[in-house]
This record gives sequence, structure tokens and C-alpha cells, in this order.
Amino acid sequence: MVPNQNTVCFRTMHLDEDVRHTLEAYRSIGGYTQWERILRERPDPNDLIEEVKLSNLRGRGGAGFPTGLKWSFMPRTGPGQKYIVCNSDEGEPGTCKDRDILRYNPHQLIEGMAIAGYCIGATVGYNYIRGEFYEPIARFEGALREAYAAGLLGTNLQDSGVDFDCYSHMGAGAYICGEETALLESIEGKKGQPRFKPPFPAQYGLYGCPTTINNTESLASVPVILEKGGQWFLELGRPNNGGLKLFSVSGHVNAPNNFEVPMGIPFRTLLEMSGGVKDGKALKAVIPGGSSVPVVPGDLMMDVDMDYDSIAKAGSMLGSGAIIVIAEGTCMVKVLHNLSHFYMHESCGQCTPCREGTGWLARVLHRMLDGKGRPEDLELLESVAGRIGGRTICALGDAAAMPVQSFLKHYRHEFAYLIEHGRPMAA
Amino acid sequence: MSFRNAPLAVDHERDKSTLFTAEIRAEIDAHIAKYPPEWKQSAVMPALTIVQDANGGWLTTELMDDVAAYLDMPAVSVYEVASFYGMYDLEPQGRHKVCVCNSISCLLQGSEELIEHVEHKYGVRPGETTEDGRFTFKEVECLGACRHAPAVLLDKTYHENLSPESLDKLIDELE
Amino acid sequence: MTDKITIEIDGRECEAAPGEMIIAVADREGISIPRFCYHKKLSIAANCRMCLVEAEQGGRPFPKPMPACATPVGNGMKVWTRSPKAIEAQQGTMEFLLINHPLDCPICDQGGECELQDVAMGYGDDVSRYSERKRVVVDEDLGPLIATEMTRCIQCTRCVRFAAEVAGARELGATGRGEEMRIGTFIAHTVTHELSGNVIDLCPVGALTSKPFLFSARAWELTGVDGIAPHDGLGSNLRLHVRGGQVMRVHPRDNEAVNETWISDRDRFSYAGLASDDRLTAPMVKEDGVWREIGWSDALELVAKRLKAADPKKTGWLVAPNATLEELYLAQRIARDLGCANIDHRLRQQDFRGDAADPLVPTLGLPVAELETQKAVLLIGSDLRQEQPLLAHRLRKAALAGGQVFCVNPLKLDLNHAATQIVGTPAAMLADLAAIAKSLGAQGASGLNDLIGAAEPTDAHADVAAALSQAGESDALVLLGALATTHPDYSILKALTHAIAEAATCRVGYLPAAANSVGAYLAGAHPARLAGAKSAETSGLALDGMLANPPKTLVLWGFEPGLDLIDPAAASAAFASTDFLVACSAFRSASLESVADVLLPIGAFAETSGSFVNANGTWQRFQGAVAPPGEARPGWKVLRVLGNLLDLKGYDYRDGAQVRDELAALCDEPPLDNRLQGAFEVGTPSESSALTRIGTVPIYALDPLVRRAPALRQMPMPGAEFAVYLHPDQAAAEGLAAGDRVRVTQSGAGIEAHLVLDDHIPMGCARIPAAVAGSEELGAQMGPVSLESMI
Ligand SMILES: Cc1cc2nc3c(=O)[nH]c(=O)nc-3n(C[C@H](O)[C@H](O)[C@H](O)COP(=O)(O)O)c2cc1C
Ligand code: SF4
Ligand code: FES
Repeated sequence: MVPNQNTVCFRTMHLDEDVRHTLEAYRSIGGYTQWERILRERPDPNDLIEEVKLSNLRGRGGAGFPTGLKWSFMPRTGPGQKYIVCNSDEGEPGTCKDRDILRYNPHQLIEGMAIAGYCIGATVGYNYIRGEFYEPIARFEGALREAYAAGLLGTNLQDSGVDFDCYSHMGAGAYICGEETALLESIEGKKGQPRFKPPFPAQYGLYGCPTTINNTESLASVPVILEKGGQWFLELGRPNNGGLKLFSVSGHVNAPNNFEVPMGIPFRTLLEMSGGVKDGKALKAVIPGGSSVPVVPGDLMMDVDMDYDSIAKAGSMLGSGAIIVIAEGTCMVKVLHNLSHFYMHESCGQCTPCREGTGWLARVLHRMLDGKGRPEDLELLESVAGRIGGRTICALGDAAAMPVQSFLKHYRHEFAYLIEHGRPMAA
Repeated sequence: MSFRNAPLAVDHERDKSTLFTAEIRAEIDAHIAKYPPEWKQSAVMPALTIVQDANGGWLTTELMDDVAAYLDMPAVSVYEVASFYGMYDLEPQGRHKVCVCNSISCLLQGSEELIEHVEHKYGVRPGETTEDGRFTFKEVECLGACRHAPAVLLDKTYHENLSPESLDKLIDELE
Repeated sequence: MTDKITIEIDGRECEAAPGEMIIAVADREGISIPRFCYHKKLSIAANCRMCLVEAEQGGRPFPKPMPACATPVGNGMKVWTRSPKAIEAQQGTMEFLLINHPLDCPICDQGGECELQDVAMGYGDDVSRYSERKRVVVDEDLGPLIATEMTRCIQCTRCVRFAAEVAGARELGATGRGEEMRIGTFIAHTVTHELSGNVIDLCPVGALTSKPFLFSARAWELTGVDGIAPHDGLGSNLRLHVRGGQVMRVHPRDNEAVNETWISDRDRFSYAGLASDDRLTAPMVKEDGVWREIGWSDALELVAKRLKAADPKKTGWLVAPNATLEELYLAQRIARDLGCANIDHRLRQQDFRGDAADPLVPTLGLPVAELETQKAVLLIGSDLRQEQPLLAHRLRKAALAGGQVFCVNPLKLDLNHAATQIVGTPAAMLADLAAIAKSLGAQGASGLNDLIGAAEPTDAHADVAAALSQAGESDALVLLGALATTHPDYSILKALTHAIAEAATCRVGYLPAAANSVGAYLAGAHPARLAGAKSAETSGLALDGMLANPPKTLVLWGFEPGLDLIDPAAASAAFASTDFLVACSAFRSASLESVADVLLPIGAFAETSGSFVNANGTWQRFQGAVAPPGEARPGWKVLRVLGNLLDLKGYDYRDGAQVRDELAALCDEPPLDNRLQGAFEVGTPSESSALTRIGTVPIYALDPLVRRAPALRQMPMPGAEFAVYLHPDQAAAEGLAAGDRVRVTQSGAGIEAHLVLDDHIPMGCARIPAAVAGSEELGAQMGPVSLESMI
């Protein structure tokens, strides 16, 4: 592979597969120059935050909140410990990008965490990595050891007076720990149950201290933004939708993969890059941002560009950038049942609407697939979803509701057919 | 009273040097060192993982109690954690764990066939262990390997782009 | 509250403090918002989502319904709790809660008083849209007090938060995830916390209910009567639920200054002892060793005749410290009107050398709630959680808020908060206190100075001294507990305590042993105190005097001599030599029947009106809730008749209130402080022995009523069983092993018991509980004991 000037998180991808995750490889493409510059020059953190703001980097974990703005909420100069936490719990069905950053470019993430820590006044960082990621964990921990040995992590780094310690924390199989406050609870040695907000983590986060949580991709983007400038990053994408974005294309395509491409790339182009719909079938539907976001019918999707604003106009969300492609001939009731089952299984159980409602949805859908649907089930599903969404402590409730509402909006006839005939329309 | 969190330190009055083996204690201690001293309980997840691995892949009540004692936590808090996270098993397991992802991207790429195949060929339903104790079969939620679906986590290794045949081969190689 | 803000709830203007939650403001205004997880005494969980309301801030509506329990108010906020949007949101939650909840209220024990049922009525979606399979949850056995029906649980986690935050014992948890989340102990075991029963009140549904009450009555059949708890010195406010002349169950009544919203398990479940089958239901007389029932008038005439004929100097009265104020006052009045000053209520004290110096009325010395804000507390001779469960809860709050707690005790306590425990033999306790006093540079009378001079303070003693003197007068406290009163050198202990407090400029508090110990001082049930707690010119015999030189005529009121006196062996010898002994009691018991000549049946807790004065001096009145059984009569009425039969003047009381008012008029305002009346005479401490008995009173053996509550008796509390508890090293030194049979001997008397190893007990000591069967045969609760192996 040829080095691509315009790569961010995948900057090491062109290097030899066996060594691209090493410190040496990362150094070879200019890694840690930003961190070392900071250690040398001790720039005003506010200037760095301004640069990130300028880049228009929006949180890659799903919510798309501007990263620079988030950092500016931290009481940076207040007393006491502060923390930067990286969210590598990647669990949203369809999403598989952070795993590759951990495997192929872990040092850039470490550098990003260190810089973020400097910006927000945190001297300690934790990276929460999902427990199933044995290999990525090993890669990340190996990188930590290298960075410590090279004097890039620790106390009074390179005589700058700057401290930064970085650790990994392993999950153990709970999607909900991707939700930032559940993640904090989990690091604190508890069940991963989201906290209600306020207070927000920037006031009361890990161990009760001010904390910023960012997605792996968000943090890994930071060193490049500082190196090449916020303006450069912004211009890679579109106004209000800065930079490159990792899109994980999965489902019914011939060549599913992760692509780091400019924000705003037409969906059509991405589909081509993925080899087109599998087996030459027609495109039926796309879930454009991870399993939680509303589904978009294929024909509509073909004209949508992949950025926050364009997808919002099409009635869905960019989310984590996971694009799930569904070909003609797929039973949408079955797809929705799969999603609903996921949310039932992953609900933490603390709030009533989510604990009770996700199971209800999954059971009704299961009954329909069993051929025992009833005409009133359609309204029931919509109403139950409506009573979950917006009423829970965390956004898992919304995540469980949105697919139901959108599937029923676009594919109601399929549900009705199944109820009437006892067998799926698509089969 | 509003939202507050504090570590749940309790003294179990047990001699910690009698818990586990010296190697396991050293491993847990390395995790404890990552967290603020008063937040030893932060190490509960790695501790449970380490102890489970050393016990043939599952946790007994005694082991959870030992973890509680080692970390000065209330036992019930350890039970809460162990029963919340999917990767802890509270019942005896086979010598291996075969975890097939059943979430959407894998479903679209044929995970159902994998599951049916295993059920059929090895006579185990999800959650069950083969009669010879060779492996426990599990359905799991999204493994984060969606671009190479269908994916299977076999013990600690991901296997991707699987077909019933290639999965068979992997299982055949198991002890 | 500084800088108040104004918000609007349902169109009504309300004042609020910034940062307060909407629900707290609404509750204050009497605007009801449905809720299940929120509880004012617990941390906020915001998990039930029942309290959703519509709100706007600064003219901008919140996009979603907001949980009132977790949404802080802001100036100018507007809230609608009953708007169509709010109602729809609440209805949604209600529907979710009900889908997996059994809808068989008629067979549920909570039926009729269920928060879920009440709220559900308000929404009335009577056709369930849920037609899938309902969740069924296996029950756990939480022990004899709490019944579980976990299928009814709505996962509000109030019980879990109570256990963690209030009880300080993480015994309950929510295990599993999502739909599989279950409340329980996971590994079923009895919940033995002394406040555990509060989860019954906290549980909004019928998942956790009272096991003793289970299926015995429906809520709407019960009448509520207010009451005051009759056991420890707190006087928790109760509501007794009565049906058909029987107390069916007991609930707490809110009183922030006393019990907040809680009660101890002892106060909640002891009522069951009222139904015990050894109730004394008719006056009885013993003739030729045979008991026979007689009528009240015959009985009282007999008693009056014997009392009148008796030499008042050779008459004595012993009254229980949980008798009512009216009973105590009338008893001492009769005694003194007959010329007898031998009266005492301090049944578990053995050293009375301090009587002349004692405070007029020893009390806690500060409002109960102020315990919570203490910065340094030295607890001397008290197993506080067992003695005064809710005072222990207040002290725990102080510790959680950063206060330092120190203990000097003859055993190590199981505490649920941080504390420094100095544990040693009774003799070592004196030395430890002397060392603390020395660290403070304390001075006293000559005997005391010798002790202090001989002390060798360690760092631990210096820490106590520093903490007490640094905390400041109103934030530091030295407390004397029930174990201290049993100390053979209680007077020296008190002298040291006061010397420490004086040198550290902090307060001294006494933890009154029983519900009305303070009242007993005020009533004059004391050989050296007249009614109104005035010093008597000449003092009668205290308990020790009555045991050493037994009166010929004796009146016992409300206790069992074998179990409620400091030295049962001495008591039974002393009582055997009386000419006439009359016992007024609610229960029959072997130890009474063997010594008494006449038994008069009196009403127990809930069966009489009266008053108690609690630890900090608050007078609390109560009405009788049920009639005493059979011929039994409220005690004050028995005494009124007796006074008249004795031809004494002024016993024509209309009602109990008149008795109380008469006493109240004798009490100065405010009479209560713990200042000493003089200096303690400090003699030489009693000889120390090779082995000293520590006779703890188990929490559920405190008095005749609790001892008869079946459910409490089944609780596997530490140290409850009659046995010899030795430190493992001590046992080894004596050549004994766990389970061995040993013969316990104290001043000649003895009994067999088995041996239990217990590292809470210091070397040189043996815990041998008092107030339980077996202990009647033994001597002083704290004192020399010897053990002999039986194998
Ligand atoms: C149920 C749920 C699951 C989530 N899972 C993840 C995740 O796996 N990874 C992630 O980065 N963010 C996840 N998020 C979003 C995080 O809460 C959080 O917004 C994000 O980590 C912030 O980082 P960013 O601002 O860099 O995107 C999840 C949110 C919810 C509600
Ligand atoms: S919405 Fe679901 S996952 Fe989120 S806090 Fe509530 S119960 Fe837990
Ligand atoms: S009372 Fe507010 S969410 Fe339960």
C-alpha cells in the first residue's frame, strides 16, 4: 500500500502488517512529534482546544458532539484530580473500527489521550477496552509499555514537569458499558449501570472527579489535527462535518471493510468501494450509523451523502459510522427482531421502560415470526417504543425505540403481511 | 441526599496471603496498582477474569468471596458484578468456549447457519456443554468484527468469515 | 437556605433552594408526584421513571419528560405534574411496571396499602395490552423477619440502597442484568442487621413484607394507634396496627428529632411477645408452695395489709426502667409515703459508690440528631448497635461525615463504619481511660490522680486525646454505655470519663439503658433522688444494698429476677430470705414464681397509657392500644388502688395524665444536664481475676417482652446463644477447644455450657451472655469467673 497523505486514524495502514503497531513504525510517520512538542513548549492548553474546535472534529462514538467544545467544559484549572477516559468498548452492532485502531495504530491513540489529558488538565487516562478484544488489548498494552520505556508516559516527562499515566481497563461483556457513565461505573468496580445526569462527567465523573470521555477514533484523530492544523482537518470534510471518518461497511456487500474517507462522501461511492450489493441483488435498506439509528430505504439512501447533516435530512443519523447494508429478499421483521433482541439482552435493567419495554418488543416480534401476530401488534409496537424513547436514564432506551419506529414506518406492509399470512413476505 | 459514590470498603478479616496463589495475587496486584489506593475495587473485573481463567473458565461462590475478601469489597457487590457481565460464567464450563456472534451483521452473513450447524452436529443448544466436555456453546451479541462476519470467538481468539465447514475444522482441532 | 429561587409547579408559585430536586419542592408544597424509587432518606436512583413531569426552563420546554426526583430546579422553571404529556409519560411507566407484576392484589399481603396499587388506580388502563409470558422469580429466604415474594418486585432498589446507605451493610444486591435483574442476597442467608425490617416499609409493593404478620390481616381491617417503643432509650415513635384487641404489627412514625423514619427490628417485632402463652392473666397467691388465682380485691387487700404491717426500713422496691413514668412515680410515692426510701431501677448496675457524685439525671446530654454532627466520639463500655440500634445509626452518620469514633470496650464490636477500637479486660479499660486522661493532662481527686499518674499512654491514647480536644466542645463527646454500668468499678470509670471530658473540654453523655431510664430518675425511683430528680437528704438502699441486706418485704415491678438483674445468683439468695414478696408482672416466669408470694398481672407495652422520657429528655406520651389480657390491669391503676387501700392521701387520680402532670410540676425546666453533684470517691479498683466474665445482653434478650417474640428469638445474632465465648488463644491456654463442655463457676454458683471461639473477646475475658436461659444460675454480669473442662 502507498502512504496516503490524507489519512488520519489509519496513518500506519500502509506499513508492514507485522510491525505497523510498534513505536518504531509510529515514529516513522511522525508519531509523538505533537506530544513531544507539547512537552517541550508547554503551549497554552486553550490554544490547543481552539485548534480542535476549529477542526470541527465531532465525537465518533455516536452522538457527534464537538470534541473541542466538550474539552472546554472541563474545570481544567480547578483543584483535584481529573481524568481522560477513552471509550474502546465498541459494541454497537455494525461497528468494528476502534478494534482496528487498537490493533494497527495504538500509539496514535496513546498520543491522543496524552494530548487530551494535557488540554483538560488530566494526568491520568484510562482506556476502557471491551473484554473480548484479547488481541487489541495485547497490542494496546504493548504500546503502553513501549511508550513508558521511551519516556513518553509517566511523571515529569522529559523534564517538562508534565505528568501523564495511561492504563487499560478491560470490560467483560456488556454493551451498555459503551455508554459513558456506565463505563465510569464499570471502572469503579461496579455493574455498568448508567448514571443519571446531571451531574455530568465534566463535573462529577470517574471517582467523583471531573472527567472527559471520548471515543477511540475521536482521540486518535487529535495528533494529526495538531500536526496538520484544524483547518486542514476541517477541509477534508465539509463545513460542520470536519475531517475523515471511519466507516465500517458490513452486511450484504461483496467486500465489507473499514474505510477512512472524507466526511460527506456519497453513500453511492462507499457502496461501490465495498464491491456493491452482494450477489448482484438490489439494495433494499441501509442502517447508516450503527444498529441504533433509524433504517433508511435503499433508493432514498443512494442519494444521501455520508455526513451528520445529510443523513439527518434523510431521517436517520451518522452515529458511529457503521453502515449495515440489507439486500432485497431479506425479511425486515426478522432483522428488527434481531435488533430488538439485542437491546433486550443488553439493557442494564435499572430503568423501568427499558427493562420491561425492550423485552416486550422482542417478544411481540418473536411471536409474529412464529406466525402468531395480531393486527393490533403494529400499533402496540409503535406505542411501546414510544413509551421507551426519551424516558430512560441513558440513550439505550432511544436506541431500542428508533429501529422499531423506523422499520414500521418504511416496511409496515411487510409486518402486516406476516401477520395476515403467518409467513414472511420476503421469503 | 443526592447522587454520591464512595468505595464500599469492608474488612473481611481474612489473611490475604492465603487467598489464591502467589502468581494470581501478583497479577491482581498489578491491576490494583492502576487505580487510586482507596479504589481497590476497581480491580474487581480483572480479578474475576484472572480467577475464572485459573479455574477452568468459571467462578464458584467461594472464588467470588475470595475476590471480595482480597479487594475488601462486600461479597454481594462482587456477585452483582459477576452476574452482570456476560463474560463471567457462574456454572461449570467445557474445556473451551465457542461463542458465535448472533447480531445483525453476522446474521446477514449467515450466523444462523453456523448456529444450526453446531446445534445439529454436536447436540448442544446455546448455553450447553458437549457431553464429552470439550466445549461450551454460546450465542453472543456483537463481537465488533462486523466487517468480517460471521465471527466466532473461540476461547481468546477471533475467527472471522466463517462457514459451517471452517468452523467445523476449528472445533475438530480442539482438545 | 440562602438565595432562594422561585419556580412554578402546576401553576403554583413555590420557593426553592437552587439545586433542589423538583420532587422535594413538590412534596413540601403538598403536590403529589407518583414515585417508587425516590425516598427522601436514600440516595437518588431515578430508575423507576414514575415521577416523569413536563417542564420548561427559561421559556424553553425540555424536549422529553423529566424525572422530578433527579431534575434540579432552576429559577423561573415551570413544571406540570398533571398535564396531558406528564400523565401520558406516567401512564407509560405504569404500564411497564404492571406487565410483569402479578395482578392478583386480593391475595397479596400488601393489598390495600400498596404504592403500586394506589398509583395504578389513578391511571386505570384496565385492559392489559401485554399478552406475553410474565416473569416469575424464585424467592429467597431472608430469615424469620422478612417474607419475600420476589415476582412482585419492581426493581426500585430502595431496599438495596437502604442496606448499603443506612444499615451500612451491603447484604442485599441487584444481581443479573436487564430483565434478569434480581433483588436478593444472591447466596440466600438471613439478613441479620438490626434495622433490616425497615425494608418492609420501604418496599412499595408486596415483594418484601413482614413474615410474622404474613397473611394475618388486611390493611383495611386495622386501626392505627400511636405508640412509643418500650425498649431502648431512644423512644422511637410507632404506629401500632390493631385488630380485635390485638396488636397485629408495628410501623414507624416519622419524627426527625427521634427516629427519623426508621425503627429497629426490636421495636418492630417485639409486639409478638404480647401473645406469648405465659401471660399472667389473673392475680395469684402462693399457699404452701402452690399457686392459685384470687380476685383483685382480695389480692390487693392482702398486699396492702402486708405492706402496712412491714417495717419500712426493711421494705424494698425494685422497678424496671421501662415501666411508664406514671408507674414509676406512683411506686416511689407509695414507697416514700410509707416511709421507705429503698427503691431502685438500676437493675444492671453493680457499683453504686458514685451515687453522691452522679449527675441528677444522667442523659445523652445532647439532642439525638446532634450525634450526627459530632467530630470526635469516645464510646466507653457499649455495644451500641445492640444496645441502641438507631443511635448507632446516628453515630455512623457522624463517622461517614468524617467524624472520628473511638471505643474503649471489653470486646471488639462489629461496626459498620470506621472506628478505632481499644479492647481490653475491665481492668484494662480503666488503665486505657487513665492513659487517655494522662495524654490530656487531666486532674482529679487524689485516688484518680494515682491512677492517671500510673498510666502509660500509647499513640492510640494520644490520638483519642487529640481528637477530643481538637473537635471543640459541641463537637466532641464521651459516651458511657450499658456495658459500662455493669463494670465492677463503674464509679472509677465515670470519674475517669468526666476527668477526660473536662480536660478535653467536651461533653459527657450517658446512654440510658432502657426506654424510661431517664424517666425513672425524674420520677424518683432512686434511693437518693426524690420525684423531680431532687437530691434526697437521706438515701435509701440501692440495688446492691438490697441484695446484700435483703429487705423482709419486697415489691418487684415489671421484670424477671433471673434474667433482668445484674447478679441473678445473689438475687435469688436474697429474695429467698424475704417474708413477703409481691411481683407485678405481665408474664409468668419460673424465677418469679419461685421467690414471690403474690403475683399481680399488669399491662405490658401497648396495654397501658403512659409516658416515657427518652435519652435526651423528651417526654413522650402514649395511649393504650389494646386492653391487657384477662384480669390484667394497667400498672398505674393498680398502684392507684393500692395507694387508696393503704389509706394514703391524694391517690384519687382521674386519669394517667393527672399523675404525669403532678410529676411534671415537680420537674424544673430545664433540669437536665450531666454536671456532677460532687467528686467521685475513687477507691482502689477491684481485684483483677485470672478470667473476667463479660455478661453482654443480647439484643433480643433485653427485657421480658422481646425475649418472648418468637421471630426475634430465631434470629441468629452474634453472642445470642448461652455459651462461653473465648478468644482462640485464651481457649488454647486453658486447654479448651470449640464445642467443649465446660463448667462455669461464679461466687459458688455454676452451670454447664459449651465453648465457642470468638476473637472479638480479649484475652483474660470470657463472654457469657446475660438475660438468656442458663445465665440465671450465674453471678455478676461483669466479674471473676472460672472455667473447668467437663471432659
Ligand atoms: C447504549 C450506548 C452505547 C454506547 N456505546 C459506545 C461505544 O461502544 N463506543 C463509544 O465510543 N461510544 C459509545 N456510546 C456513546 C458514549 O456514551 C459517548 O457519547 C462517547 O463515548 C463520547 O465520545 P465522543 O464524544 O468522542 O463520541 C454509547 C452510548 C450509548 C447510549
Ligand atoms: S435505558 Fe436501559 S440501559 Fe440505559 S440506564 Fe435505563 S435500563 Fe439501563
Ligand atoms: S421516583 Fe423519580 S425515577 Fe423513580
